[in-house]
Amino acid sequence: MVEVGLTHFLVVSSFLFAFGLYAILTRKNAILVLMGVELVLNAANINFVAFSRYGNFGLNGQLMALFVIVLAAAEAAIALAIVLNIYKTFGHVNVDEIDNLKE
Amino acid sequence: MSESNLISLAVTILFLPLVGFFIVLLFGKRFKHMYKLEVGIITVALFLSIYVGFVKLTNFVNDTIIYQFKWIDLGNVPSIGPLSINLGIMIDNVTVIMLFVVTLISALVHYFSIAYMENDPRFSRFFSYLGIFTFSMLGIVIADNLLMIYIFWELVGLSSYLLIGFWYEKKSASDASMKAFLTNRIGDIGMFIGILILYTNYHTFSFQEIFQHISNGFVPFGSNGWLTAAGILVFMGAVGKSAQVPLHVWLPDAMEGPTPVSALIHAATMVAAGVYLVARIFALLTADAMLVIAVIGALTSIFAATIALTQNDIKKVLAYSTVSQLGYMVMALGVGAYTFAFFHLVTHAFFKGLMFLGSGSVIHSMHHEQDMRNMGGLKKKMPITYVTFLIGTLAISGVPLTSGFLSKDGLLAGTWAFGNLTGHYLIPIIGFTVALMTAFYMFRLVIMTFHGEPRNQHKFDHAHESPKLMTIPLIILASLSIFIFYTPNPAAPADGWFYNWVKTPQTVVPEDARFNFMKSDVHNSESSTSTEVHGSGSENAVITHSEMYEHAMHHVHYPAMILSIVLASLGILFAFLMYHWKKINPDKLAEKLKPLYNLSYNKWYIDEIYSFLFIERLLDLSRFISWFDATVVDGIVNYSATFTRGVANVTGWFDTYVVDGLVNFTAFVSGFVGLSLRKMQTGKVQTYIVYVVFSVIIILLILRPF
Repeated sequence: MVEVGLTHFLVVSSFLFAFGLYAILTRKNAILVLMGVELVLNAANINFVAFSRYGNFGLNGQLMALFVIVLAAAEAAIALAIVLNIYKTFGHVNVDEIDNLKE
Repeated sequence: MSESNLISLAVTILFLPLVGFFIVLLFGKRFKHMYKLEVGIITVALFLSIYVGFVKLTNFVNDTIIYQFKWIDLGNVPSIGPLSINLGIMIDNVTVIMLFVVTLISALVHYFSIAYMENDPRFSRFFSYLGIFTFSMLGIVIADNLLMIYIFWELVGLSSYLLIGFWYEKKSASDASMKAFLTNRIGDIGMFIGILILYTNYHTFSFQEIFQHISNGFVPFGSNGWLTAAGILVFMGAVGKSAQVPLHVWLPDAMEGPTPVSALIHAATMVAAGVYLVARIFALLTADAMLVIAVIGALTSIFAATIALTQNDIKKVLAYSTVSQLGYMVMALGVGAYTFAFFHLVTHAFFKGLMFLGSGSVIHSMHHEQDMRNMGGLKKKMPITYVTFLIGTLAISGVPLTSGFLSKDGLLAGTWAFGNLTGHYLIPIIGFTVALMTAFYMFRLVIMTFHGEPRNQHKFDHAHESPKLMTIPLIILASLSIFIFYTPNPAAPADGWFYNWVKTPQTVVPEDARFNFMKSDVHNSESSTSTEVHGSGSENAVITHSEMYEHAMHHVHYPAMILSIVLASLGILFAFLMYHWKKINPDKLAEKLKPLYNLSYNKWYIDEIYSFLFIERLLDLSRFISWFDATVVDGIVNYSATFTRGVANVTGWFDTYVVDGLVNFTAFVSGFVGLSLRKMQTGKVQTYIVYVVFSVIIILLILRPF
């Protein structure tokens, strides 16, 4: 039986990060983009916890993960509010068409 | 009455006419009677000069009063030392006499002009010009240095220009004023150079200081030749102003001015200035310079006299007689008869002023007729003018009991003495010949104008005696032409005051540059001679002339007197024979002596000769220069213009294509880069995130530790 080590965690988190990034880059729906962001954040959380468990950093990693969760919650709240406003303004949440900054 | 008071009075006399000039010039147009101010001013100046003369001649008769002040301080000039230009005023007996003569003639001319110029549109302007003329002449008279004389000299030139060309609508008048001005300029160049020679050597313009230097044995550039040159060059100024040959041509033409102006110019002011200048520099004239002056004077006198014989214009005759008399004065100065030269200047000022004003009176009553051939018989119509004019004529002819007799006789005796002493007999011969001619042509003038039958009945009928304003000046001047004002004894001018007040200045030139008879004193021993030369400063310029000359003059005094009386009577007799009794027909005589007559009548063709020699050549030169200008200079200018245009075209092309090309290219590149970069700016968040991700990956790759 292979013992679960740091590498496994890192692989999982890398996948998570990759999926999250993929979602951010490819999805057109703003909600889905936000979900990708959450994936990326959680990939980071896994890294924190993994390094905390296998590294010599004490509980710093776990604490940081807790901060990130709080932060992610706050961020999700704000982001959803923004998405809601975008929807009110444009009538949709398609990020491809929200390119007014271009001009 | 102190000396400084005299100085301030003299300055007042000097500046009064200038004040009149400015006020009348500025306000004359607005206030019709402004001319009275100028007339009043000149009258005040006249009385002041009489007063100054009286005080000077009674209290300070042997003093020369000098006041100097620093005008320009040139500071410390390298290799010379401290240098300054001083102006100053000198009052000696000559000055006060001249002050009186100038202001008197000027005042009388003013009065005369009130009537003569009555209907002239520029009436008050005429008076302001008279004012500046008087001012300039007075400046020359009281100056104590050459610079001041030069300044006022040029002012006289300017005011004569204004007055001669007063009727500038007449082409001949404006031409004459220009001619007078330019001819004078030629002489002034010489005068200027002469003054500079003296200044270069002595660093002063003052007569007294220059004489002092010369009497200390310091001659210009260490050579007597330069002293001679300086004397002759300064004399050149006098040649111009006093109308000596060869610069006499302006004076007859100057008759184009109003007749009172002619009187002022030819009697007391302008032409006297030249003689006065020579008298002022008399002490520094060397024997050679004096000989040149004497010869020029003699030539002028005979030359002008021959011309005056045949002229028909009353003013032209007077003009040439003026030239001739000026020649006399210059000649007398040249031979060393200083006192009589100056005496003649004064008496001539009066009787020539008288005759010019008299001719003005005639011209006025004949409605500006000047040709004597249209006159005649006027003595019944104009008795006062006739009698006064006759007195003037007698004076100029040298008839006894007149002032002219006294001065002319002394002057001729001076030339004769000079002839005896040096052997230059041509000068007295010319002098006496001129005396004969003068008597002849002056009586010719009187007879043609006043005697006989009227030749032009119409003009004669309209002739009338002039108003009192014109006759009273005539009467004053006529009485001044009588001997009693000058000497109690009509045969001996030496008894008179004039002879005592105007003494020949002691010459200051080195012994070896003097005439033999001018050597300081032949009777004294050699040692006393040298002390005399070095000791007798020129501050005291009244030391008598050399005894030898005085003696020689005394010796020929009576022969000269008798000869001049005989010659004058002969001249008068001829004039009566030809024009009054008509025993000799002048026309037939003229026919017989045709070439001589033509020569005289055409003024020796001098104007034509000058015109051919100088004016035509000058025009040729001008034409050549104009051609040169039109072809060569303009060619160069045009060529450079064309060349510049060519260069401009090239640079223009370069600018358009190269410089503008570069600029446009830069703009194009920026635009292009901007356009291409713009595509990256999609405004889509996701694109940006892709950039970020790839950038982070690239940075990580670059910063990777392995």
